Amino acid sequence: MLEKYMELMRLRFLMMLAYRVNYYSGIIIYSLNIGVYYFLWMAIYGDQSSINGTSSVQMATYVAVAWMSRAFYFNNLDREIAQEIRDGTVAVQLLRPYSYVLGKGFQGLGEGVFRLLLFSVPGMVIVSFIFPIQLPSDASTWGWFAISLLFGFIINTQINVLTGLMAFFILNNMGMIRAKRVIIDLLSGLVIPITFFPGWAKEILSYLPFQGISYVPSTILAKGVPLAEVITFLEVQLIWTVLLWVPIRLLWINARRRLVVQGG
Amino acid sequence: MTSSKLFIDYFMQYVKTRLQYRSDFLVQMVTDIMFQAVNLVFILVVFSHTTQLSSWSREEVIFIYGYFLVPFSIFAAFFNLWEFNERYIIKGELDRVLTRPVHSLFQVMMETMTPESLSGAVTGLAVMGWAAWEMELDFYWYDPLFFILFILGGAAVYGGLYIMLTSISLFSDSKTDIQPIMYNIGNYGRYPIDIYNKVIQIVLTWLMPFAFVGFYPASFLLHDERWLTFAMFTPVMGLIWFSLGVLVWNLGIKNYRGAGS
Repeated sequence: MLEKYMELMRLRFLMMLAYRVNYYSGIIIYSLNIGVYYFLWMAIYGDQSSINGTSSVQMATYVAVAWMSRAFYFNNLDREIAQEIRDGTVAVQLLRPYSYVLGKGFQGLGEGVFRLLLFSVPGMVIVSFIFPIQLPSDASTWGWFAISLLFGFIINTQINVLTGLMAFFILNNMGMIRAKRVIIDLLSGLVIPITFFPGWAKEILSYLPFQGISYVPSTILAKGVPLAEVITFLEVQLIWTVLLWVPIRLLWINARRRLVVQGG
Repeated sequence: MTSSKLFIDYFMQYVKTRLQYRSDFLVQMVTDIMFQAVNLVFILVVFSHTTQLSSWSREEVIFIYGYFLVPFSIFAAFFNLWEFNERYIIKGELDRVLTRPVHSLFQVMMETMTPESLSGAVTGLAVMGWAAWEMELDFYWYDPLFFILFILGGAAVYGGLYIMLTSISLFSDSKTDIQPIMYNIGNYGRYPIDIYNKVIQIVLTWLMPFAFVGFYPASFLLHDERWLTFAMFTPVMGLIWFSLGVLVWNLGIKNYRGAGS
């Protein structure tokens, strides 16, 4: 049962190896991203050594960790699914002997693992030489981070699948996909850690799934959070991964019923 | 002129397809506004923790952002080449384009344009206006003239770079996800360039000249003379990068062999 999905994941991993242009451009773009946000935040800190209990070194670490994590959890499943729905290949995919949605998820994981191994890990080493960042040395923090990063991946992928499936209802959902990308970058804590938002916004964000994507894993690694808080963080992530299955199921059942292959 | 007549024909065709999918049109408008709001939120949140971004005030940074939206919306309206690879290379639509007696790039641009993105320019002008009013910014008679030159230059810089990136698909038929990520980086030109270190300044000025889309010209309109030369250079940069883009495109078209499907 699981073998099929592992195979899908492996194939995607190999496909990523074949398309190397992406890989090289990704390295340039992510280093530039980290560099720009690093200087932006250092300009915001200015003479202050600490804002909201976050020191400037912790902030620099947060920026690096958040972007390197993004390389793992980010994928274009939303575009892929929307494309397949629009050109009708989804009909062929439905004939295959595995769950379409789950299969997509594992393909995304193959992509993520590829970038994690060939990109984030070496990237992090290089970044730690260039910028004054401080990574924890104890294995348990890294372990919690790894678990939380995997949850982050699942939540982000679920949201991507949801957005992609919307193509069943809105035939051209490119705009929505683009807007989702920007909103996730903002609300997941990638560009601004959630603690920096004003109180009322923090309150709202604590009821949304986005924090689980970037803010939670990056904070665990960059700030050194006490164990009790780590557990609460992971609980929140777990709850969202379960909750997000509901709309996906509903949308999927509904969508298959009204599948119209345009020009198929 | 034939190309302007063609433009009108394409435009009418576009309106017809748009009327076919009316809900999409609405969604596009709403997401555009959301896109712009999200970036404003970032600036506002940042300035709740500091009063100055290395000598730039909140209103100045917002003004730069508002300015940036104007050339960016022109770019977004006419260089909507996001799906070029899937639609034209993998599906082979480029073969159809190439059999016609009009420049291929012009056709592709016309077929993919989204004029409704120009609404971003209205938002941008409103944001700029608000910031200028807050700062009690003075206007000179020549400001509007430079403004027009600058936004055309900025849109051309963006467009040229984007055409170049899209042209990669003509050389290798592997798919690339470079374009969407470019959107992220393109944003960096709208922050004051003196907050970055030298390496990034050089990248944003010469390699990926996004500073010409936002910061340099906006600093001129803010009457900051430190970057005057760069600001004046904006239209020239636009011309250079756009020509480079077309050049690479033409080379790519010569090299193009079709996906063989």
